[in-house]
Amino acid sequence: MSKVYKYGNNVDTDVIIPARYLNTSDDKELASHCMEDIDAGFVKTVREGDVIVAGTNFGCGSSREHAPIAMKVSGISCVIAETFARIFFRNAINIGLPILECPEAVHGTQAGDELDIDLESGTIRNITRGKTFKAEPFPPFMKRIIDAGGLIGAISEKK
Amino acid sequence: MGMTMTQKILASKSGLEEVRAGQFIEADIDLALGNDVTAPVAIREFQRSGAETVYDKNKVAIVPDHFTPNKDVKAAEQCKYIREFALRQDLTNYFEVGQMGIEHCLIPEKGLAVPGDAIIGADSHTCTYGALGAFSTGVGSTDLAAVMARGKCWLKVPAGIKFNLSGAMGKWVSGKDLILHIIGMIGVDGALYQSMEFAGEGTGALTMDDRFTVANMAIEAGAKNGIFPVDDKTTEYVKAHSNRPYKVFEADDDAPYTRVININLAALRPTVAFPHLPENTKTIDDVGEVKIDQVVIGSCTNGRIGDLRIAADILRGRKVKKGVRVIVFPGTQAIYLQAVKEGLVTDIVEAGAAFSTPTCGPCLGGHMGILAEGERAVSTTNRNFVGRMGHVKSEVYLASPAVAAASALTGRIEDPANI
Repeated sequence: MSKVYKYGNNVDTDVIIPARYLNTSDDKELASHCMEDIDAGFVKTVREGDVIVAGTNFGCGSSREHAPIAMKVSGISCVIAETFARIFFRNAINIGLPILECPEAVHGTQAGDELDIDLESGTIRNITRGKTFKAEPFPPFMKRIIDAGGLIGAISEKK
Repeated sequence: MGMTMTQKILASKSGLEEVRAGQFIEADIDLALGNDVTAPVAIREFQRSGAETVYDKNKVAIVPDHFTPNKDVKAAEQCKYIREFALRQDLTNYFEVGQMGIEHCLIPEKGLAVPGDAIIGADSHTCTYGALGAFSTGVGSTDLAAVMARGKCWLKVPAGIKFNLSGAMGKWVSGKDLILHIIGMIGVDGALYQSMEFAGEGTGALTMDDRFTVANMAIEAGAKNGIFPVDDKTTEYVKAHSNRPYKVFEADDDAPYTRVININLAALRPTVAFPHLPENTKTIDDVGEVKIDQVVIGSCTNGRIGDLRIAADILRGRKVKKGVRVIVFPGTQAIYLQAVKEGLVTDIVEAGAAFSTPTCGPCLGGHMGILAEGERAVSTTNRNFVGRMGHVKSEVYLASPAVAAASALTGRIEDPANI
């Protein structure tokens, strides 16, 4: 089960991981500053398996892959948003951070709710509110990358 | 049904007769770019993929520009790591401090982007080269790693929005005002997953520097790329910077666009984006009284010679307002030298502004111009997100070089016409 952290529209990669910490690519160090400029309490309370739920254009701005890396290493198991900015979307697929686009789930979920997510079918169950939502499944092309654990796994298999 | 300009380039690069919006393709990449923030992660992933040498040592470019000249020990370690990789791989296009520039000013100047190219870069502003009629887009570090290994990139073919430009811009109005106007109109996700294709006779009235600025900020509307048709100004620029052969692509007359937006350039006014999103735009006539602490002129958006000329024209023979800090960053060493030769640096320094070596530093709140709590900056850069240039309670107002330079003289956001 996953506890929800909820944010609004246009969460940018500068607030997910501020540039002042980009002088390193150490995953754990990046994770220790995750969401710092939008939610200073995040790193203190986030637990393995928790979920971020947000509005439109999540992850806009810089191409820094450090943003999805910091979230993944913090323990975030999935990001559900109405829409994602396109580079964040690619980065999440490429590093194997599960993401789902599902406006209904975003509208029907509040901070602190407990979710149960089945990535295979795209089913999002909000246990706190007793509601179930369905995200569009990934097209086969992207699913191959996800199933290989990310892009590096996928291109290594091709060799 | 026809194809957009972007779709035609992508079809060509993936060896297909035609492509449609939404289709997944693997495109051959003409140039793959990384910097000192994104390349370290890319190199780690490249090595994890089992690859030993890059697919083409002439087609992988690394530019240490974000935290350079090295801002601290950690930044120095990252730069050392990518330098050693570049030397080990014998990369032709590794540009060290002293010969480098801000990557998106440098790559076209070095002739590494030409019309019809497909370019990816692990930096969101890689979309800049659409000014030259190339397909170019920002990706992440793992994408860069995969392209360094295989020379191919997976892409979802974008739909397109057409911006039909007419007329010509008035005095003190520039490409920056055009793109801020557009982002204000369609929003920061107004072109999400799509191409922004510029068309119409108005494109011919834009200088190459204007076009670079417009294409550079396509990402701030969520776009995959921004692209301009190739005309005489483009070919003149390319001839001056590159001897590579190139191919010109044009959108079909019946190309499918999701939206067509008509813009009369003559009606544009100097435009400012208020905190904390580039879509929060107001024209200079509506900004009211906004006092400022710092002015930044430069970056991959507005660090070209045309930008410095405008700034110097306004600052020449005048003095920066007491209590305001003004920092000017040329885009490349060549632009720096040109500004010296034209006397622009003298004008800028005599006015009381700092003139820096090229770096991305202040734009992303990295170094060389960080804001304290409660401070405000007028900046010719591209993002005004929360905390972008420093403290989370600082503010960034995005504007053109003309507005920024005028504001430096009065200490408030200023209409250049008042100077």
